[in-house]
Amino acid sequence: MTMTEPTRDTTGSHPTLLPRRRLLAAAGGAALAGALAACGSNNGRGGGSSGSGPALSQWYHQYGEAGTEQAVERYAAAYRQARVTVQWRPGDYDTQTAAALLTADGPDVFEVNGPTLDQIQGGQVVDLTDGIKDVEHDFNPAVLGPKTYRGRVYGIPQTIDTQLLYYRKSLLAKAKISPPQTLDELVAAAAKLTTKDVKGLFLGNDGGAGVLGGTPLYAAGLQLVTPDGTVGFDSPAAYAALGKLHTLYAERSLLLGAPADWSDPSAFTQGLTAMQWSGLWALPQISTALGDDFGVLPFPADGAHGTPAVPVGAYASAVSARSKHVAAAKEFATWLWVERIDYQEDFATSYGLHIPARISLAERAAKLRDGAAADAVRFATRYGHADPLLWTPKSRSALQDAYSRIIKDGADPAGQVKAAAGVVAAELARVRKNG
Amino acid sequence: MLARLLGPQRRYLWFWVFTGPFVVGLVVFGYVPLVWSVVLSFFDAHDTVTPRHFVGLANYASMLGDAAFRSSLATFAVFTLFIVPTTFAVSLGLALLVHRLRRWRAFFRSVFFLPTACSYVVASLIWKMAVFNGVRFGLANTVLRWFGADPVAWLSTTHPPWYWLVIVTVRLWLQAGFYMILFLAGLQRVPRSLYEAAAVDGARPGWQTFRYITFPQLRATSVAVVLLLVINAFQAFDEFYNLLSTSAGYPPYARPPLVYLYYVALGQGQDLGLGSAGAVILALVIAVVTVAQARWFGLGRKEA
Repeated sequence: MTMTEPTRDTTGSHPTLLPRRRLLAAAGGAALAGALAACGSNNGRGGGSSGSGPALSQWYHQYGEAGTEQAVERYAAAYRQARVTVQWRPGDYDTQTAAALLTADGPDVFEVNGPTLDQIQGGQVVDLTDGIKDVEHDFNPAVLGPKTYRGRVYGIPQTIDTQLLYYRKSLLAKAKISPPQTLDELVAAAAKLTTKDVKGLFLGNDGGAGVLGGTPLYAAGLQLVTPDGTVGFDSPAAYAALGKLHTLYAERSLLLGAPADWSDPSAFTQGLTAMQWSGLWALPQISTALGDDFGVLPFPADGAHGTPAVPVGAYASAVSARSKHVAAAKEFATWLWVERIDYQEDFATSYGLHIPARISLAERAAKLRDGAAADAVRFATRYGHADPLLWTPKSRSALQDAYSRIIKDGADPAGQVKAAAGVVAAELARVRKNG
Repeated sequence: MLARLLGPQRRYLWFWVFTGPFVVGLVVFGYVPLVWSVVLSFFDAHDTVTPRHFVGLANYASMLGDAAFRSSLATFAVFTLFIVPTTFAVSLGLALLVHRLRRWRAFFRSVFFLPTACSYVVASLIWKMAVFNGVRFGLANTVLRWFGADPVAWLSTTHPPWYWLVIVTVRLWLQAGFYMILFLAGLQRVPRSLYEAAAVDGARPGWQTFRYITFPQLRATSVAVVLLLVINAFQAFDEFYNLLSTSAGYPPYARPPLVYLYYVALGQGQDLGLGSAGAVILALVIAVVTVAQARWFGLGRKEA
């Protein structure tokens, strides 16, 4: 699973719609920046960088929090061995980078919701192991694992994002229910909290098909892909858990069709729902809007072998194999995301809330020490699951389609899970063959 | 020699000055990608536009064997069944009403035509977020609330498939005005003398005149309108994508061919060979349907 910002999603392929104002502000800002750069372009160096040496272009997806863009430009400007130009790219970032990697005009260094197995096997991204190997143990293994293929690291994790179940303490107290600890309790609580104007639970406008991914399966004690690379979720425990998601939908406990999707906390803060699944990034906004009137939970356990679960994921910094300056690009990526611990800390904790990918940094981050943020870090450490590298986009969408049919159409969970497992098994065979 | 090349009054030169840029544009942005796409469809082109691994018809076989692709063709068929007759009826109706006006004709013509100028993306976002959102303050749900009904999650409900209402109405609103203009042009070409002759023969104004004079005289326009509507329906992408896609992808329903191919070829998967094969199949289907329709309606035959 890939975690990102309020303006982006976790699993995948496209941007949620940016709020209009932010979009316009972004466009205006870009135009203005362009105009300013044009005015000052006669200073003998490229815009936004002050080093000498080869020119590198570095891509980021558009982060929602104010100040992030200025921060990454500041980091790039501080690098002396190359002239680094930052590109801040709104819109469907994964698709943009996937297409740009096919050409020599793409980025040299870029952050990626991956890299995907196909990108690694296709030789589109270069091996960064040498730069990271001295401090490999300091990176959170849950997110470094999916960046590693056959012992080589192809992306340096930047920050960790996770997702949580937010609940309104006052609404639960009024309905005399305690925070749900099992999936059955969640289903019952959502039904009880649903009134004419407030729904019990918001899992996204598609009823949870898009965002949940492997989480309910991990919570049922299963996994997406086993350590030996086979399908790990085709089991009665999965059928039972997914059937309960349909119950949520069928009992009309789910909020659907909200103006902003799950990644944005508006539905929760505006009182459209009593509980919402959203990202850790939403926590500052929720805390501003609701004060102490909220708590966080992991996705509750289901069945005899279940444990609570939360997804974790990390954007990683990767280097394009088609870069004209691969060596310089590797050096820059290593400098920023391995050596400059001060920048990594600033990036993770100064603009919105992320968990630093370095364990040493996560331990000393002041913002993550108490309250709901501390709970979130605890969940991510104890119950966090990242999508394995072998979990390709095709597998993901097969499972997502199965979820959608089970949740909304009431399709038989066993049949749908088996069908998805078939697609996943074929994908696993394909990527083994490619490797 | 040079004079000969330039032609009398330098006509050849001017011919190329005027048409050259368009020919170049057409070749570079039209024909080259088209041919390239056909080439790609015979290769395993994961993450590359210069593939080496020739796979013959494997992409075509896998596309035609793909239940999701076949269901996307079914989605298109359903969409066409909804959108073509409704747009036809609404735009013809509007044209007849506007045509009868004595005053304010230009005003109403403009008013009904205006939505055509609106972008599909913008209209879809308004439909999704303001008119048909799922919460109590959406426009449609506010109306339902007056009658005491519960709010409906229009785009998230599959039983009954309310999402069709949203998809069809947004396109209807956007395109009805344009086809109204086509019908208006057709109506203005119907000779006045025909109506006078019919009136002399005792035809009643209203349905009888419409059925036996107006509608048959609009035949050429009607055929063109239906053809355009069907082709446009085939190319449906914008409103589906903007109404139904979420950050995590696209739901497995209401997925027309172009949306499906977009996700196959241009998503993170980047399977350009498979996507190209789907595009070629789609192009063939459009060509066959259009030719069949043209034959059926006798398009291009001399009007009797």
